[in-house]
Amino acid sequence: MIANLEYATLQQIWWILCSVVGSLFLFLTFVQGGNTLLWQVAKNDVESSLVMNSLGRKWEITFTTLVLFGGALFAAFPKFYATSFGGAYWVWMLILFTFIVQAVSFEYRKKPNNLLGAKVYELFLLINGTVGVLLIGAAVGTFFTGSNFTLNVYNQVTWTHPLRGLEAAFSLFNLSLGLFLVFNARVLGAMYLLNNINFSAMDAFEARLRKAVWINFLCALPFLLYVLVSLLLRQGFDVNATTGVVSMVANKYLLNLLAMPLVLGLLLVGLVLVILAVLTTAFKKSSKGIWLAGLGTVLVGLAVFFTAGFNHTPFYPSKADLQSSLTIYNASSSLYTLTAMTYVALGIPFVLAYIAYVWRQMDSQKLASHEVANDEAY
Amino acid sequence: MVDVDLSLVNWSRAQFALTAMYHWIFVPLTLGLSFLCAMFESIYVRTGDEKWKALTRFWMTLFGINFAIGIATGIILEFQFGTNWSNYSWMVGDIFGAPLAIEGIFAFFLEATFFAVMFFGWNRVSKGFHLFSTWMVAVGSNLSALWILVANAWMQNPVGMAFNPETARFEMENFWAVLFSPIAMSKFTHATSSGFLLASLFVVTISSWYLLKGRHVDMAKKSIIVASVFGLLASAYVGFTGDEAAFENAQKQPMKLAAFEGLYKGEKSAGLVAAGIINGAKKPGDAQSPFLFEVKVPGLLSLLANRVSGSFVPGIDDLLYGNSEQKVMGVVEKMKLGQQAVADLAAFKQARQEKNIGAASEALDRFTANKEFLGYGYLSTPEEAVPPVSTVFYSFHIMVILGSFFPVLFLAYLFYTLKGRVAEVRWLLPVGISSYFLGLVAQQTGWIVAEVGRQPWAIQGLLPVKVATTNLAVGHVQATFFMFMGLFTLLLIAEIKIMLKQISIGPEGL
Ligand code: HDD
Ligand code: HEM
Ligand code: HEM
Repeated sequence: MIANLEYATLQQIWWILCSVVGSLFLFLTFVQGGNTLLWQVAKNDVESSLVMNSLGRKWEITFTTLVLFGGALFAAFPKFYATSFGGAYWVWMLILFTFIVQAVSFEYRKKPNNLLGAKVYELFLLINGTVGVLLIGAAVGTFFTGSNFTLNVYNQVTWTHPLRGLEAAFSLFNLSLGLFLVFNARVLGAMYLLNNINFSAMDAFEARLRKAVWINFLCALPFLLYVLVSLLLRQGFDVNATTGVVSMVANKYLLNLLAMPLVLGLLLVGLVLVILAVLTTAFKKSSKGIWLAGLGTVLVGLAVFFTAGFNHTPFYPSKADLQSSLTIYNASSSLYTLTAMTYVALGIPFVLAYIAYVWRQMDSQKLASHEVANDEAY
Repeated sequence: MVDVDLSLVNWSRAQFALTAMYHWIFVPLTLGLSFLCAMFESIYVRTGDEKWKALTRFWMTLFGINFAIGIATGIILEFQFGTNWSNYSWMVGDIFGAPLAIEGIFAFFLEATFFAVMFFGWNRVSKGFHLFSTWMVAVGSNLSALWILVANAWMQNPVGMAFNPETARFEMENFWAVLFSPIAMSKFTHATSSGFLLASLFVVTISSWYLLKGRHVDMAKKSIIVASVFGLLASAYVGFTGDEAAFENAQKQPMKLAAFEGLYKGEKSAGLVAAGIINGAKKPGDAQSPFLFEVKVPGLLSLLANRVSGSFVPGIDDLLYGNSEQKVMGVVEKMKLGQQAVADLAAFKQARQEKNIGAASEALDRFTANKEFLGYGYLSTPEEAVPPVSTVFYSFHIMVILGSFFPVLFLAYLFYTLKGRVAEVRWLLPVGISSYFLGLVAQQTGWIVAEVGRQPWAIQGLLPVKVATTNLAVGHVQATFFMFMGLFTLLLIAEIKIMLKQISIGPEGL
């Protein structure tokens, strides 16, 4: 069956798959959000141990999802991988640095004789959760604001801005998207901790987390509103369906949402779920908020990626040379590779299933303070 | 022709080599120690002996410390293809991206998911499921080795693909040919078994130190038994697969073989250089002797390289300047055809842009005739096709000499342990303590042979490294190079300090 799929269908399938991985990553940034909450919500050693150990059992999944996002883009849209990573060099490098320092921090923070001291490793985690997530938001924002590159006949990238990608972080739209993601990650992080920890005899700790959900949601709100309104009002990049010429079109992304009601639906349902989760967690003592808000984040993420890539829209547009813009059709791998990779992708449900199974096995009991008292705990 | 900034190329290389070599300090230990932990835990589950549990948890602690930094150094390699080798990534992403994505889907998630159980699941899941998880971490880490080595092997021997002149890139035609290329198989088996070997040395090193200090003696002996059996088997397999790798080199990358053997003039019944000192003044094509001093085993190279005694093994000079008698086409001739191909490809692109269909198809026909030499069209001189001979020669010989020493070491440990005397053999313990560091040397030199020996090619014969880089100002790459160097060095020092502390604390209750 897969062998008979049309090239364009495969390209769309792979944009959907990459969007799913990207959106799952946004959900999984609850680890990054949780990292940044440490100082705020944990007031003693037991509490910070609980936070660290609870997040420490999940950080690798988030990290690996990021790696997979990179790998999937490389395999399915190599021209994007080459153009964006090579072109916007500094954004990606800085994002990577924040993930490098994160990777050792859980393991090394509490170990004796660790050279830098626990505070520095905690700082690494904070940097990962703030700078790292912010820059990821800025990078995603360039799907709508465009970047500064040109491609020659051999598709070699030339970046026309001396900041090599960092300029993305100085656009109000991108910055707002980044800050929204930072606060959203904190909301998710607090919800995850509420779900994962056994709070018996630690009411104050629990209350602080519930408060964090609400406060961070309030902080996220203005950025979210700005991003949404600006997205709907702004000019967007459009590929002419017959000539393939890229031009600027007023209200392009609004038009995309109207042209694809399903995507609009994803966006609205996603937002409602997040809001619902916040309200029930902050005011109703629910501990299941993470699932609702997680699903909501995934749906919003999907809506964002679909708006960027479908309906004759270049997902990686160039401000410097409109015609160098990348679409899911001109940036993809060959028919053969996409077909082969689609067979491979049939294994994904199996992978998700064992992750879910193991996760349930491990989390069936909530994390209690006596468990984090030993030497091996993070 | 393309303008290349060689200092950019060299800094990009240096950065790749730096990050890859750091990564490879930790990776082989992960590959092997994961299996050793799984074996220790299996013994615990079978015997129910709490001592084995404490022993398993001790080695797992060290495993975790190493694993974390292995991951930290790995993510950068994954993205560096895009950030620093973007021309490469675009030209071969069709083929090269696939294994990286598959690695993410099938291997990294396996490791990441079961790692959490292995470390935090002792009291949360059943004994059986815990053991299963430990085995899955081992399988997962070795699967990740498979895919990345398939990708690397494809760079050494590009199979299963065709050049598409329309897009000016290489496109996959046969996934199975890429996966099951003989070089991929020899690389996978050699690199993973060398990891098993290294991890066994690691266990021997630490256990020997305990024996020397008279601490945790029982645990040290138990660990040594398992590690030296595993290490002995692994080292035999490393030798076997290493021979396989050299055979594949002779077939697919004869220049690399000639370089690591220091063979300039090809000959029949060529001898194998067991050890030697390179003559630094020797240049390709001149009459000087390549060695100042050498010990040779007559005829052996022909036998190992071609599996036929007395067969002809081409040397650097033959490969550069051609040898009509032995039907070896030289780089000089390949460059001429390659330059033709480069010009025809440009003419094709030009005609395409001018919409001149006739001229385009003519140019395409001319191009197709010579397309296999395209990469040679980018070389400036034939001598550029020779990798740095002394670097690869010494690296190869160091690796092989160490590779012959390790099985002897494991045998000695096994022998004395079984006789119950290992703690008393005072000369053996210091050798054992140093062995892990020798293993690291063999690991690093192995990659130097494989990668430096491939120069000047990013994709053997098709794409020289100098046209593979991202178009960046060199300052950017210098900046990230030093950032990586500083950061990785800092993390390495932290890792070593933590590791030493954990070793000095030792296993609980043993
Ligand atoms: C022979 C084995 C091997 C080789 C040649 C490489 N690696 Fe590696 N890599 C591993 C074996 C491995 C591993 C043993 O599986 C690691 C070490 C620690 C870990 O978690 O997995 C790993 C970790 C690791 C990670 C973090 C994975 C995670 O999220 O858990 C990434 C992104 C890479 N590697 C990528 C690369 C790239 C792009 C390489 C090529 C240049 C490379 N590795 C060479
Ligand atoms: C982890 C072990 C590895 C080590 C120690 C290593 C070592 C090196 C070294 C020393 C160089 C520089 C060569 C030179 O410029 O003279 C290099 C370059 C490179 N290697 Fe590796 N390598 C490793 C793994 C890999 C793997 C697994 C791949 C592919 C997946 C790979 C792909 C490359 C590329 C693309 C370059 C840059 C281009 C080039 O110089 O050829 N390397 N590596
Ligand atoms: C016993 C003799 C050995 C022989 C004949 C041998 C042979 C080889 C050859 C020919 C290569 C180059 C492969 C290529 O270019 O694709 C290689 C690579 C390598 N060797 Fe060995 N080797 C031996 C022992 C060892 C030992 C003891 C170690 C480490 C403990 C080791 C680790 C490596 C590594 C990590 C590589 C790079 C990965 C690869 O290309 O497979 N080798 N070896």
